Amino acid sequence: MIMDFVWAFIVGGAICVIGQLLLDLFKLTPAHVLSSFVVAGAVLDGFNLYDRLIEFAGAGATVPISSFGHTLLHGAMAQAEDHGFVGIAIGIFQLSSAGIASAILFGFIVALIFKPKG
Amino acid sequence: MITKDNYKKSIKPYQPKPKYFRNCIKAFLIGGLICSIGQGLTVFYMEVFGFTSKEAANPTVATLILIAALLTGFGVYDKIGQFAGAGTAVPVTGFANSITSAAMEHRSEGLVLGVSTNMFKLAGSVIVFGTVAAYIIGVLRYLIQSFL
Repeated sequence: MIMDFVWAFIVGGAICVIGQLLLDLFKLTPAHVLSSFVVAGAVLDGFNLYDRLIEFAGAGATVPISSFGHTLLHGAMAQAEDHGFVGIAIGIFQLSSAGIASAILFGFIVALIFKPKG
Repeated sequence: MITKDNYKKSIKPYQPKPKYFRNCIKAFLIGGLICSIGQGLTVFYMEVFGFTSKEAANPTVATLILIAALLTGFGVYDKIGQFAGAGTAVPVTGFANSITSAAMEHRSEGLVLGVSTNMFKLAGSVIVFGTVAAYIIGVLRYLIQSFL
């Protein structure tokens, strides 16, 4: 139980350090870093590696943005088993829907209520 | 004589060097902290609502996004972000922050042309690249699975 938190902290922190190094050493913009992470997550999931990372690190692997690539591919593959090629398009946003929908909804509501500072 | 190249060299000693090690430590601590909060939420959803550890990932992400959107509204998230760098950008909270701050920034241009059109200015690249990559890998995997 405690170790779950420790591994989430270490793995999540390590993923952020990779992002920081990409920003500092390779002078990438944050948009490039985030896009690379999402693609990396999808590629790792293509080899079934991301699931192992989640089993090991829990939220340390599901909270970084790379898990977005993993959920996109997971939803697509789940539907592809039932519907073939069409299923990839049906399922691609199925699992990641919660993240996208809540980001749009909460972002919109916050923009209605709050005034930007500075 | 000053040319473009030797100018760059001559100002180099006066430019601040990025503090690689310190930035990494900050990113590690804050990024790890956000993931630990996520782990706490995962445990909460598993214990209280009886989700499995995989099902709990979705409500966890949604809750973190809500927290990040509110903190962005209060102007707190960007302050943490200045300290933590990638530590706040890489977790899914950074995705929520980029959507919310873009929406707030363009609020004065109206809800349709301002908020809605500009919301995905930064986050759009994440969705586009993620979708294209997942689609290509999905097709490849499906082909390999069905022919092997």
